[in-house]
Amino acid sequence: MAKQNSSDAFVEFERVQKSYDGETLVVKDLNLKMPKGEFLTMLGPSGSGKTTCLMMLAGFETATHGEIRLDGVSINNIPPHKRGIGMVFQNYALFPHMTVAENLSFPLEVRRMGKSQREEKVKRALDMVQMGEFGGRRPAQLSGGQQQRIALARALVFEAELVLMDEPLGALDKQLREHMQFEIKRIADNLGITVVYVTHDQTEALTMSDRVAVFDDGRIQQLAPPDTLYEEPENSFVAQFIGENNTLEGVIQKINGDICEVRLDSGDIIDAKPVNVTKAGERTKVSIRPERVEFNSERLQPGAHTLRAEVLEFIYMGDIFRTRLRVAGNEDFIVKTRNAPDQVRLEPGSQIEIGWLPQDCRALDA
Amino acid sequence: MTDTTDTGPVLAADGTPLKKSLSRALRMQKLRALMLIAPLLIFVLVTFIMPIADMLFRSVENQIVQETLPETVTALASWDPATGETPGEPVYAALARDLKVAVAAKTHTRLGSRLNYEKTGISSLFRKTGRKVKKWDLTKDAPFKEKFIKIDKDWGDVGVWKTLKVYSPKFTNGYFLNAIDMQKGLDGAKARPENQQIYIKLFKRTLFMSLVITGTCILLGYPVAWILANLPMRTANLLMILVLLPFWTSLLVRTSAWKVMLQQQGVINDVLVWLGLVSDSGRLVMINNQTGTIIAMTHILLPFMILPLYSVMQTIPPSYVRAAKSLGATNWTAFWRVYFPQSVPGIGAGSILVFILSIGYYITPEIVGGTTGTFISNRIAYHISSSLNWGLAAALGSILLAVVLILYWAYDHIVGIDNVKLGG
Repeated sequence: MAKQNSSDAFVEFERVQKSYDGETLVVKDLNLKMPKGEFLTMLGPSGSGKTTCLMMLAGFETATHGEIRLDGVSINNIPPHKRGIGMVFQNYALFPHMTVAENLSFPLEVRRMGKSQREEKVKRALDMVQMGEFGGRRPAQLSGGQQQRIALARALVFEAELVLMDEPLGALDKQLREHMQFEIKRIADNLGITVVYVTHDQTEALTMSDRVAVFDDGRIQQLAPPDTLYEEPENSFVAQFIGENNTLEGVIQKINGDICEVRLDSGDIIDAKPVNVTKAGERTKVSIRPERVEFNSERLQPGAHTLRAEVLEFIYMGDIFRTRLRVAGNEDFIVKTRNAPDQVRLEPGSQIEIGWLPQDCRALDA
Repeated sequence: MTDTTDTGPVLAADGTPLKKSLSRALRMQKLRALMLIAPLLIFVLVTFIMPIADMLFRSVENQIVQETLPETVTALASWDPATGETPGEPVYAALARDLKVAVAAKTHTRLGSRLNYEKTGISSLFRKTGRKVKKWDLTKDAPFKEKFIKIDKDWGDVGVWKTLKVYSPKFTNGYFLNAIDMQKGLDGAKARPENQQIYIKLFKRTLFMSLVITGTCILLGYPVAWILANLPMRTANLLMILVLLPFWTSLLVRTSAWKVMLQQQGVINDVLVWLGLVSDSGRLVMINNQTGTIIAMTHILLPFMILPLYSVMQTIPPSYVRAAKSLGATNWTAFWRVYFPQSVPGIGAGSILVFILSIGYYITPEIVGGTTGTFISNRIAYHISSSLNWGLAAALGSILLAVVLILYWAYDHIVGIDNVKLGG
C-alpha cells in the first residue's frame, strides 16, 4: 500500500488481528498509535498477545488481518531486514562466534558501510553504553548486564529510529535490572528514539514508560501514562494487574453523577466513583488502593460512608506498615501506611472504622 | 577448629593429613565406580585393545623362519649374496638338518607358504623338497648341495637364498614395505614394478572416495537436518523416523536394494529408457564402479551425518537468525554469517563419523564396488580370508589405523576437538 498519511503517528496498528491456528485469535482488533520519540510499554500476563504484537511489528510474524504502518507507510509486506527496526531480544541473541565489536559491526557491514566509518560508529555505540574496552571480547566472556548493554548498543548502532525490546531485563537480578531500567530510559531519551518495550514486570513498565498499554486476552485493556494507569484504572483487570488493590464486590444502588452508591454483598453501603458501570442493579467490583484507605477517624470526611474492620495482621516492612484487615467479609483487605513517628500501629484483634474519599474508590465492571 | 596457621599439611580432626583422609573417604566411591565399569572395561580389553595390539604385532612379526630353520639362518649369516653365487655346502647341510626336523613336525609347509608371499614358487619348492628329505639319511647322504639342486633347480637360484636371508630376522618391516608397494631387498627397499603396484592406489582411492562420500553426506544431510530442527517437535520426530529407517534395515538388504536400483537392467535405467532420456544401448553404468559405491555408501552413512547436525542445530535458538534479520541481513547473509558458523560443530562431528566409518567400510564396496570401487578394506579382507597373508593384512590395517589417527590429530589441530558436538 502507498503512503497513507492519515495521522502524525509514527507507529500505527490498525485493526490488527493475529491467529496462529485459524481457530483462536491471539491478537483481537488491535488499534494503537504512537508518536515519534515515545517510550511505550506493552504490559500484560504471558499469553496476552504483547510479544506477538512486537513480532508483527518487527516482521517475524505476519498479521492475519489489518495494517501496521511505520512513518505512514504500510509495512505488512516488507521483510524484517528492510524495516530498519532495531531489536533487543529476550536472551540478547548476541552472536556467540563473533566478538563484541564484530557483533556491533554486523548491521553496518550488511549495509555496506566503509571500514573506518564502521569502526567509528562501533566505538561510539560502545562508549554510549560504557563498554568501550570490551570490543575484543566474546559475548560468553561478559556478564549478563554487560551482554545486555551490548545488545542494546547493537540495536542502536545503525541508527534505527524505532527500537523494539522484548523483555530485555528478564534475565538480570533485581538490582542490576533497576539500574538498567534507568540506563535504557536515559539512552532512549538522549537519542530521541521511539521505543516499544514488552514486559510482564509492572514496576518496569511504570518507571520507564511514557505510556503503558496493558494487554489481556489479545486486547489493549488500557493505554495511558503510568500515573493515570495506576490511579485511574478503567476496568477491574487493570486495577488488579497494576499495583496492589483491594476489591469489594457488590451491586450498584444508584448513580448520581460522579458518585454512586454500592451495596456490598455483606450488606454495607459505600460511596464510589462510577467508572465503567452504567446503571443501577449492575454488579460491580469496587477497587481501593491500599495506601488510600483511611482509618484515622479525624481525617475521614464527614458524611462519608465508613466500614467496620477487624485487624488480622500487622506486618512491619521498614519504610511502610502493611496491615491486613477483615472488611465486609474480605479477609485480604490490605492497608499500607507510611512509617512516620506519629503513625499508629494497629493491634491485631482490634476493631476499627475505615473509610476513604469517594474518588479513590472506583466502581468497575464485575 | 583446625589451626591453619601451621606451616605443615592441613590436618583432619583426628590428626591425619587432610589429603590422606580425603582419599580414604573417596576410596570406596572410586572402587564402586571401577566395579561398575569393570565388565565393559574387560570386554573392551579382550575384544578391542588386544586384537589391535595383536594386529600391530603381526604386522612386523617374522619368527617362523628362525624357528623352522634355525641352523640355516645361522649358516646363511656368513654368506655374501653380492658375489652372485649360491651358498656353500655348510648352508645346504644345515638346511637338510633343519628340514629333517621341520618335516617331522610338518612345519615346513607353513614356512613355504609364508615365504611364498615374498617369492612365488617357494611354497611348492618346500613341499616337494620335504617329501624327498624325509627319505634322506643325514649321516650318509652328504654332500647335500647337489642333492638339493637335483630335487629342484630352484635351490641353485640365488634369488631363493636371498629371500631366505632377507626374511631370516625375527622382526621385519617387509609387510609394511609390501603394503606401500615396495619390496624388501638385501640392499634396502625398492619400489615394485609398475604393474604390481596396487596398495598406494587403493589407499588413495579409499581416502578420495571417503572424502566424496563425506561431502555428499554434508550436502544432502544439511538441509534435511535444518528442516528437522525447525519443524515442530511432533512432525520432526515423525520425519526423524524416516531418517532412522535405514538403521533398522539390514545393511545387506539395503546394499542389495541399490544393486537392484542401479544395475543396467535395473529400475533407474529402465525408467530413463522409458522416458527416452537414455537410449536402450546407452544404459548408464552405475554399479560395480565408484559411482555405485559412492551412491550406496552415501545413503547408508547419511544418518550419521544428519543426527549430529540435527542435535547441534536444535540448540541454535531461532532468535539468532531473527536478530541478524532485524539488523538488516538478508536471508542468505543471516544464514551464512550467523547460522552456519554455529552449525559447524555439527558438520565436524558428522564428518568425522562418516569419514572414519567409510574409510574402513567393507560390505558395501564388496557388493557394489566391482573392481574400481573397492576400498583398501576389501583388500585386507582378501588377505585375511583368501591369501591368508595375515602379516600383510595387519600391516595394511595398521596403516589405516595410523591414517585415521593422523587425520583425527590434524582435525583437532585445525578445527579443535571441542568444536565437535553431538548435541547439548
